[in-house]
Amino acid sequence: MSRFAELRKHLFGGTTSNARQFGMIFTLVGIVALFEILTNGLTLNSGNLITLVSQYSYILILAIGMLMVIVAGHIDLSVGSVAAFVGIVVAKSMHTYHLPWPAAILLGLVVGALIGAWQGFWVAYVGVPAFIVTLAGMMLFRGGNQAIGNAETIAVPQGFRNIGAGYLWEVGPDTGYNNLTLLLGLLACAAVVVREWRARKTRQDLGAEPAPLWVSGLRLAIILAVIVFATLRFAGGRVGTSFPISGIILAVLVLIYSFITRNTAGGRHIYAVGGNSRAAELSGVKLRRVNFLVMVNMSALAALAGMIFIARASASGPQDGLNWELDAISAVFIGGAAVSGGLGTISGSIVGGLVMAVLNNGLQLLGVGSDQVQIIKGLVLLLAVALDVYNKRQGRFSVIDSIMRPFRGSTPIPVTPTPTPTGTEPAKTPVAG
Amino acid sequence: MSEAPVLLEMRSITKEFPGVKALSDVNLAVRAGEIHAICGENGAGKSTLMKVLSGVYPYGSYAGEIVYQGQEVRFSDIRASERAGIVIIHQELALVPGMSITENIFLGNEPRRLGRIDWKSANRKAAELMKLVGLNEDPDTLIKDIGVGKQQLVEIAKAFAKDVKLLILDEPTAALNENDSQHLLNLLRGFRERGITSIMISHKLNEIEQIADSITIIRDGRTIETLDVKGQGINEDRIVRGMVGRELSSRFPDHTPNIGEVFFEVSDWWVRHPVSAERMVCKGSSFNVRRGEIVGFAGLMGAGRTELAMSIFGRSYGTYLSGRIVKDGKEIELKNVADAIAHGLAYVSEDRKAVGLNLLDDIKTSVVAAKLSKISKAGVVDKAKEYQAAEGYRTSLRIKTPTVDEGVVKLSGGNQQKVVLGKWMFTDPDLLILDEPTRGIDVGAKYEIYGIIQRLADQGKGVIVISSELPELIGLCDRIYTVFEGTITGSIERRDADPETLMKLMTSTKKMQMS
Ligand SMILES: Nc1ncnc2c1ncn2[C@@H]1O[C@H](COP(=O)(O)OP(=O)(O)OP(=O)(O)O)[C@@H](O)[C@H]1O
Ligand SMILES: [Mg+2]
Repeated sequence: MSRFAELRKHLFGGTTSNARQFGMIFTLVGIVALFEILTNGLTLNSGNLITLVSQYSYILILAIGMLMVIVAGHIDLSVGSVAAFVGIVVAKSMHTYHLPWPAAILLGLVVGALIGAWQGFWVAYVGVPAFIVTLAGMMLFRGGNQAIGNAETIAVPQGFRNIGAGYLWEVGPDTGYNNLTLLLGLLACAAVVVREWRARKTRQDLGAEPAPLWVSGLRLAIILAVIVFATLRFAGGRVGTSFPISGIILAVLVLIYSFITRNTAGGRHIYAVGGNSRAAELSGVKLRRVNFLVMVNMSALAALAGMIFIARASASGPQDGLNWELDAISAVFIGGAAVSGGLGTISGSIVGGLVMAVLNNGLQLLGVGSDQVQIIKGLVLLLAVALDVYNKRQGRFSVIDSIMRPFRGSTPIPVTPTPTPTGTEPAKTPVAG
Repeated sequence: MSEAPVLLEMRSITKEFPGVKALSDVNLAVRAGEIHAICGENGAGKSTLMKVLSGVYPYGSYAGEIVYQGQEVRFSDIRASERAGIVIIHQELALVPGMSITENIFLGNEPRRLGRIDWKSANRKAAELMKLVGLNEDPDTLIKDIGVGKQQLVEIAKAFAKDVKLLILDEPTAALNENDSQHLLNLLRGFRERGITSIMISHKLNEIEQIADSITIIRDGRTIETLDVKGQGINEDRIVRGMVGRELSSRFPDHTPNIGEVFFEVSDWWVRHPVSAERMVCKGSSFNVRRGEIVGFAGLMGAGRTELAMSIFGRSYGTYLSGRIVKDGKEIELKNVADAIAHGLAYVSEDRKAVGLNLLDDIKTSVVAAKLSKISKAGVVDKAKEYQAAEGYRTSLRIKTPTVDEGVVKLSGGNQQKVVLGKWMFTDPDLLILDEPTRGIDVGAKYEIYGIIQRLADQGKGVIVISSELPELIGLCDRIYTVFEGTITGSIERRDADPETLMKLMTSTKKMQMS
């Protein structure tokens, strides 16, 4: 095997993989580089990176929940309205009823989960399609927001604002950088190294051949370089700013949910339900419970996103959360999820969300009007998915985001994504075309 | 026959998938007007070869050349091959369940007049085609309301709506019962008389022996030989020798049963059809299984054997009305599949694609899917154990795949069946219910699966085998229940089991005195 073929095989996971995700990482790098040049270095400067994270963290949080909803074969159109509804409830509880802010956050999460239980009940136990249930929810909770807030804006107290507008504290000696952010970066580096090492060891223990040492080394070097660069940028911003608290919340959620979707029985069940619900049922998966929990989880995350948003905006208003569902859904599909369910990853959705975020941000920096931004975003979504469909049809060599996941047998790519009811073999074209 | 000109020649066809060489240097020559059979083990490359021929894998994605009617052809897609008169009927049927017979026959090929579908001529032509294939149904009947046997005939009618010269059938009789299979074979004989050439893939060697003029045998992606049936006096054993490369003296491994006490008992089991309330699919069925016993269920298509099995397996079919299940002396209630699995039941379904597997999964996740708790702690899956479990079944069941990281879609039909089998063996069941376990499986693998079933029985488990092939039940089972229209009509011990006795009980309501 040539060096190049070897690199390709190990870096991108050979035959089992997810082409779109990997392609999206390149797209993301490309878009970042493009805007970096067009904006004369504004894109990757500290201030902008910090804004980018705090401005889009709530969309990415929604994308996490949405990924699971879509993998299970549903959709949630109500997330923006739910976020707005929870926002106003939380704001009012603090403003009018003087609830302390930690209690208000708890209240918000509970309200979100209850809304999710309401929607999950209709989806899982009554069997109304999620599209309809959440379309109804979209109207219901938008109306609820305006009813509770009298269509007015309600301010939130200072302590609460930290979850959306806060940064890591300044502690320790004066290094010219934010010390906690540096520490965080160091931890991330250590975690990546340990992970790569353990992945190699697991493969060895199983008797499978691990990637050659130099491939591991190269992969590590790239990731570490990115982390170090980001750390210095985030830590080196204007004094008083650093890595945003909302970014930390997001990072923690990404870690937790990646673990859940990849490594737990519950996560497996979501993929099983979306991939073939009848087969899942006959394997002992409790369909209704899975569907119910996925919907509950989505609304709880929407509640969190709504709170982070009002914390950043320092007030809750009637227009909050408009069109969020569109951004979240786009992120998930750009990130490689299948419309028919059963396929997709958290990391992919985050990359998809970042593509949208950088695009938005870059275009704004360039002073492009919001009308044109919409048009460009729409085209990007369409092209990203079309390219993927085209690649699948060509039966191309498929590649993986093994940069992010050194050891994982990921889901394969079927040639046509939907197994039809007659059980046609995915590798074939219907006879009558 | 051998004087007839060669209609089709495939020369040194090589087809690779990432990591797998499915075909290497395969040659196939088919004479005009003959029925040419292709035989080979699961994963030998039969379906792949036919997909190359019919343009599913377009020119350029394989190496080698195809010469058809004296000219080299390069099909870019399936429509191009259809225009040349080559029509393939795939291993899995490609019909739209919610559409009528007529609509399906003309799907994508609708007769038009002035831009509109001409239903009048469509209906007339459909009636002709249905007569041609011997399908006696109202053309407006929906596909989902007719059985597989008739669906297969609709596929053939659909092929004939397209002016076919070369008909390719990939395991057409795998899901059919004896009668429907015979009907189909007679049809093929009729086509041969009209000068139509057919290529047929099948694992049912007795059918091949009956009908084929010549046989090409493929093993591990290579052509082994082409046999001339009439000239060389070919029999089943000869074909098997070519397929597996050695003599296979018996179709069933030797086995001395070691049967213990009754441990699983179902009594007076009533189940209603899921939609039509007045139809009963199980009418007071009672049966039992002893430890170490292999129990067969014989019946015609639609007798309700699958329905009985599934309704016991956590009420996953129909509406449960009444009945008792006693296991190890205790009455148990199995309200859902999770209960059934927890009580040591396993059900390997007959339709692996629709309900047996998640086709998006890879092999290792499929194998452990029905009992994740066995390899997880506090809900967290141990991937090393998962990998080891899957590797274990890959070796013991001889699943043909480079690694267990491979997606199950990429496996050949027979190997997918082995994955499903592994999935349920992994749950360590006390009672394993196998519904048509060898459908679409080659002779060698069948022998292996029989061996596996016998070993499970020897470990003291009970095994139920539902099969439409009487020889299989007679050769494998210690006792056979016969089912007719939802009623269990008899229980025959191994020494009394012969096709005539079973057939009689499978076709009449009269209950035999239970022994
Ligand atoms: N789309 C694909 N991607 C990768 N490998 C494939 C694909 N399709 C088939 N294969 C591999 O090619 C080989 C031949 O498969 P094929 O389906 O032709 O077997 P077959 O002879 O028809 O077997 P069966 O009797 O089980 O239907 C198998 O090893 C299979 O795993
Ligand atoms: Mg095949």
